[in-house]
Amino acid sequence: MSTQKILSDKIRFDLQIIASWIEPNAKVLDLGCGEGDLLVMLKNNKRVNGTGIEHNEARVARCIENGLTVLQGDINEEVQDYPENSFDYVILSQTLQQVYEPADLIRSILRIGKKCVVSFPNFSHWQVRWQLLMSGYAPVTRQLPYEWYNTPNIRVMTLKDFRKFSKTVGFRILKEAAISIQNRKGKTVQFLHNLRATYGIFLIGK
Amino acid sequence: MSEYIEHDIDGISVGIVEKKFFTFSDPPGEMTLESGSRIGPVTIAYETYGELDRDRQNAVLIMHALTGDSHVAGYYSPDDKKPGWWDIMVGPGKGIDTEKYFVICSNILGSCMGSTGPNTTNPLTGRAYGHDFPVVTITDMVRAQKRLLEHLGIEKLLAVIGGSIGGMQLLEWCVRYPDMVTAAIPLATTTKHSALAIAFNEVARQAIMADPNWNNGDYYEGERPDTGLAVARMIGHITYLSDEAMRRKFGRRLQGKSDFSFNFGADFQIESYLRYQGTKFVERFDANSFLYITKAADYYNLGRHYGGGSLVEAFSKTRAKFLVVSFTSDWLYPTYQSKKMVQAMKKNGLDVSFCEIEAQWGHDAFLLPSERLTSLLKGFLDRVYTEDPQR
Repeated sequence: MSTQKILSDKIRFDLQIIASWIEPNAKVLDLGCGEGDLLVMLKNNKRVNGTGIEHNEARVARCIENGLTVLQGDINEEVQDYPENSFDYVILSQTLQQVYEPADLIRSILRIGKKCVVSFPNFSHWQVRWQLLMSGYAPVTRQLPYEWYNTPNIRVMTLKDFRKFSKTVGFRILKEAAISIQNRKGKTVQFLHNLRATYGIFLIGK
Repeated sequence: MSEYIEHDIDGISVGIVEKKFFTFSDPPGEMTLESGSRIGPVTIAYETYGELDRDRQNAVLIMHALTGDSHVAGYYSPDDKKPGWWDIMVGPGKGIDTEKYFVICSNILGSCMGSTGPNTTNPLTGRAYGHDFPVVTITDMVRAQKRLLEHLGIEKLLAVIGGSIGGMQLLEWCVRYPDMVTAAIPLATTTKHSALAIAFNEVARQAIMADPNWNNGDYYEGERPDTGLAVARMIGHITYLSDEAMRRKFGRRLQGKSDFSFNFGADFQIESYLRYQGTKFVERFDANSFLYITKAADYYNLGRHYGGGSLVEAFSKTRAKFLVVSFTSDWLYPTYQSKKMVQAMKKNGLDVSFCEIEAQWGHDAFLLPSERLTSLLKGFLDRVYTEDPQR
């Protein structure tokens, strides 16, 4: 089961945070939009003009049936077609850890979006560290529920890694939220972010 | 497209429908075609289902493919054996809901199903046009449809929907009359034929023209080029299927025998199927119409016509919201061609959705029962109907 699936049982806390950062009536592109949970929320609460990109045919169909504008395709390729600054926000929610060339993708979304929201599971959460330290096996947690041989999460990174990455690639972090979702309840982490957050959410700009 | 006329399994239907006719461009006010030729009078056969609402904002225009007609749904009489060609999609509560939308479909100019075409009597000679019928283009077909809509008092189309050559007409509508089209659903179509598509059409045309009965298109008073037309249809049917579809449906199975007959009869089921399709087709279709419509499709090139070779430029003329659908096993208009148009729409900032439906039946998949396609159309139409600011 994917992290997305587990979390979509309720209105996902991370999506609520993302939604709270989006200005009303904005033009939004959601990469890897799944069944469109975030887009529906943004459309209803923020009246955004939203577009999604999703690889899976059944999920794409579900989105279109629900009245969303969604394109079936590979996010790395689909972002190439848009002119510069086509969107107020490009959202890359829980997807960066599955991307083969993260730096290229980040550059692409910063080209087509005025601002971007990037969220990912934090690999330095204390449970992950503890498991690795104590058991010696690659960690398997609620947020990262896969074995090393079947995980789609080919990039493991931490909140600190992403901040360092911003300097390497050359983008600005405008806002960030460290959140912890345990037993389907979410809360914002106020201190020791890198240790206590299960997810990081970043608003970035050029 | 093939004939996939299926009754609705639930027996739901738009009911008894009537084919109507609209005639315009009476001489001396003939219609000037893209080629510069003039033709008149022009008759367009059409059907409508559902009710046009008071503010005239719920009209949906469906455009048929190569061999289709205006009879999309319903029955002509209570003992009519077959419903219209897309009865599974068009009707009360169906993908294109006739309780909600006013559905229009007309037979294309150059066809033989009630609209003016090569088998129509030429007023100058008193005989069928035959080869004297001017070459018509997709643009000409759409301009004739526009005349029909003016006649019906419709200034705005909530949606245009079409597959295959019907999809080409749809694209033409979107760039030619951008103010009239709110939304568009091109299915299994392309902005221009590939060399492969032209090649198949050319072989089909050659089959017709090689039939001695074709007689340079002048055959309406004698024997018809049935053999040529049947072969043309057989070629068509190959392009509408796919390797996988044929393997599943026929394989190498023999038709009603356990061994080869060691002659040139139809041994294989696929041979027998194609022969049957060919023979059945000549009963309802005119060979000259086949020539004219395939030529129109081969000539069509949206990017060249409206964008000086640039598809992006061509789509800059439209403002419609799009739902583009392709099918995985369609080798006549493969997905990459749909993606090309989607790309051009994105570059123009158009509102476009795209879905590639996994289907084994090749190009024909757009006509076959598919819950996926039905719910896509329903959801998309619901949305554009709700969002339409004019309503």
